[in-house]
Amino acid sequence: MDLVGNTPMIEITRALTLARGQRIFAKAEWANPGGSVKDRAAARMILEGERSGRLTKEKIILDATSGNTGIAYACIAAARGYRLRLCVPENISPERKSILAALGAEVIYTSGQDGSDGAILEARRRFESAPAKYFYPDQYGNDDNWRAHFHSTGPEIWKQTRGRITHFVATVGTGGTLMGAGRFLKKQNPAVRVIAVEPDSPFHGLEGMKHMAAAIVPKIYDLKFADETMYVSTEAAHESIRKVARTEGLLVGLSSGAALAAAESVANRIARDRKPAVIVTVFPDNADKYLTERFWKES
Amino acid sequence: MAATFLIPTVLRTHTGNRESVTIEGKTVGEALESLVKAHPGLKPHIMTEAGKLRSFVNVFVNEDDIRQKGNLKAPVKSGDEISIVPSIAGG
Ligand SMILES: Cc1ncc(COP(=O)(O)O)c(C=O)c1O
Repeated sequence: MDLVGNTPMIEITRALTLARGQRIFAKAEWANPGGSVKDRAAARMILEGERSGRLTKEKIILDATSGNTGIAYACIAAARGYRLRLCVPENISPERKSILAALGAEVIYTSGQDGSDGAILEARRRFESAPAKYFYPDQYGNDDNWRAHFHSTGPEIWKQTRGRITHFVATVGTGGTLMGAGRFLKKQNPAVRVIAVEPDSPFHGLEGMKHMAAAIVPKIYDLKFADETMYVSTEAAHESIRKVARTEGLLVGLSSGAALAAAESVANRIARDRKPAVIVTVFPDNADKYLTERFWKES
Repeated sequence: MAATFLIPTVLRTHTGNRESVTIEGKTVGEALESLVKAHPGLKPHIMTEAGKLRSFVNVFVNEDDIRQKGNLKAPVKSGDEISIVPSIAGG
């Protein structure tokens, strides 16, 4: 647990042509022990469950996830001796399936046709049919999810930019990262603009992200909080990922590609007004779990 | 040759909320063409302007990924179930 957070901040320079005065930084969240940003939320939800007495050794931890939260829970559950049951859409990447199996998690696969909402409904159904059996953190409705970022991601960004951040760009799945870090940064400086990034279509290949207009909107996500929402296509994210791989030597994941594509548009827009900007985004995971995807072979 | 397309939940707004659509076609390519002709709102979600499958979209005939079966030329028989699944789920 002590290893979660305090991730490096990387400046992206070679993958983009930025105007003078525009700088883009990204938090390298794959440096967390479970390999993604979701370690932060999972660790806090489990610790708060223990502290409040709702999570005890006889309980089975149950939640819905498209992968990274599941991997984070699986690491923590293994290390602390809990049983874990996850509802996961069957079309997650094969790498994720292997990781979950290796960590000993019990996985219930839901139909790929129903996407992540199908997994959410399955988890709710199981919890409601036997509430005493489970500890159901419910990452989509648990305030400790966004609080994890209010207390770690947000302060780290503030410190690493020495308070000079002007724009915070974050992809949204549960919205935990955006709401938590966004609230902290606006509390330090209300002028910081918070920009949400969503897939441009409900049918997309951007793992971990949600197109809110066509999904169960997470209870912790306030659609009115961000100053703006940008929409990125799966292909634009692929393009950014290939560029980052081939010019920065970093293999980043799909939502990181989407985050960078959005950050780049923000930078270009600000440059037209001839204003300087320090744009910070979050790279939620790296490409380890996506290496079998076809897009690497395109141009 | 009538086959059935299973429509992902998030795309059902383009099929009048229907979960499945019955389509004629001897190959997956033909069947997809008839599908997007009947429900044009689906097209940009699954195909590129050039009429190719978008790279993150997988198509299965029954259990078989068409990319192992000749892609859009993969044969379709009466009674087959064709599903359209993104390679990765969000959330
Ligand atoms: C790869 C990836 N990117 C982005 C996100 C979104 O993060 P959050 O749930 O904090 O909105 C997730 C969360 O599931 C994820 O796994």
